[in-house]
Amino acid sequence: MTGRLSPVLIGFAVLVYAFLMGPLIIVIGAALSDTTFLTFPPQGLSLRWFERIFEIGAFRRTMVTSFQVATLATICALIVGIPAAYALNRYRVQLPGWLSTLFVLPVLVPEIVLGFSLLRSIQVGAGFPVFSTLLIGHTLLVLPYCVRVISASLASFDFSIEEAAISLGSPKWKTFFTIVLPNVRSGVIAAFILAFITSINDVSVALFLTGPGISTLPIQILAHVEQFFDPVIASVSVLLMVLTVAVMAVVERTLGLTFLTK
Amino acid sequence: MLKRLSGWAMSAPATALVVVFLILPVGATIAATFAVGGGPLAAYVDYLSSGFRRTVLWRTLEIALLTTLFSVIIGFFTAYVVSRASPRWRSILIIAAVFPLLTGVVVRSFAFLILLGRNGMVNNVLVWLGVEGAPFSMLYTEGAVIVAMVYLFVPLMVLTLVGVLENIPDDVIQAAASLGATPPQIFRQVIFPLAVPGLIVGAVLVFTGSFTAYATPQLVGGENVMVMGTFLHQQAMVTFDWDSASTIAAIMVVVTLAVVLAMTRMARRLNPMAT
Repeated sequence: MTGRLSPVLIGFAVLVYAFLMGPLIIVIGAALSDTTFLTFPPQGLSLRWFERIFEIGAFRRTMVTSFQVATLATICALIVGIPAAYALNRYRVQLPGWLSTLFVLPVLVPEIVLGFSLLRSIQVGAGFPVFSTLLIGHTLLVLPYCVRVISASLASFDFSIEEAAISLGSPKWKTFFTIVLPNVRSGVIAAFILAFITSINDVSVALFLTGPGISTLPIQILAHVEQFFDPVIASVSVLLMVLTVAVMAVVERTLGLTFLTK
Repeated sequence: MLKRLSGWAMSAPATALVVVFLILPVGATIAATFAVGGGPLAAYVDYLSSGFRRTVLWRTLEIALLTTLFSVIIGFFTAYVVSRASPRWRSILIIAAVFPLLTGVVVRSFAFLILLGRNGMVNNVLVWLGVEGAPFSMLYTEGAVIVAMVYLFVPLMVLTLVGVLENIPDDVIQAAASLGATPPQIFRQVIFPLAVPGLIVGAVLVFTGSFTAYATPQLVGGENVMVMGTFLHQQAMVTFDWDSASTIAAIMVVVTLAVVLAMTRMARRLNPMAT
């Protein structure tokens, strides 16, 4: 769908994109400032606020926790999500329709309610350790992404290839690993990366599931901002933006970024 | 029969995960609100009897509705431009919308602290322009929360609607044009009605997201602009009143599910392409 657009509309879109990009550019500028307070445009260029991130123990620790939780939660969600996505596509006729709704339920239930309920019933009620509860919360949080992305990959997979392998005598479980999985590899990679970034960025679930010595990076950022207003937060933000760019590059290579408009 | 069994077996772990760690805990939170002494709806009567708590609920609804309205309008026209841009520009514009979407909520809300603060960019520009009364205190107001949330949700709206607008068949537009419709007429009578179901889906995402938001109202609104999300956190983690926190959580779930169900039904009814 291409054609002439009125200059008013184009001007409007330019303003909207300036509005979208502006604040992020300001954060980058503020991170490079040589001052002890947050300011834009930066006064004097320096990278010292990037060094400062790693000097603050709480940032180092929460970064490690965030990476551990994001990696483990994504792996757990893939382990349960890949077979579920496979079943939803392969046995669509045999399975009830509500099953696919069940797997997107974590998107429908407000994240903050999930976080509070896990604290109430699982951490306090059932006595689960803080880290396990956090891991469970993030696994639920990213499960819908895993099921959805891999389902989309499987939708274009020709299941007759799998049947051909089975009829030639390949055991069913072996066929799954040697025929089905390699064919949806790009979907699995994209699901991994989208789930990972979702977990890294999460606030609302982790908000309730941190405990002594266990916290995630976004929660630490929130806590830091409430006490200090120095450029170190801007530097952490820039690090997270670099991560975002890396994620986008991977998604572009696997599914194509236009996948996100579908 | 065997097929059905293997289908169930493969989806069993994910089903168990959702049932045990989502449905049961959230169900328990909601069930607890009916177990409060003094009748089954006592917790809700109590909630609505307090002026402060009523204000928090109305304020949250107001912020969510305004955020949705602005995001839908801004997102629709922007998506229209993106969908009609040349392929090269279209991919650049899509990338430029995906980037903020994948950048975390905390980072993007924090950007507004720098932007709207007393020594922030907006105030510096206003002072420089010699505006009367500048610098203003813009942070910790409802307006600041709405602007920051619109900023948060416009990329989501744009990406949802670009997909919808691109799915409108060219034939339909060409048919309208060949029958003598002017571009504004095509926009109003063909493109817009066909985009309505997508607009509703996007609006639902924005409404539920802003109604249940925590990080943005916390950073940009603070204690002054208490909303359901920040109120829930305060009740649960600061005053440790878990009965009250459960009631807030239950209200959030009910409002969210009601809006999702009502609007998806409406989107299906209003779809002119449906047979």
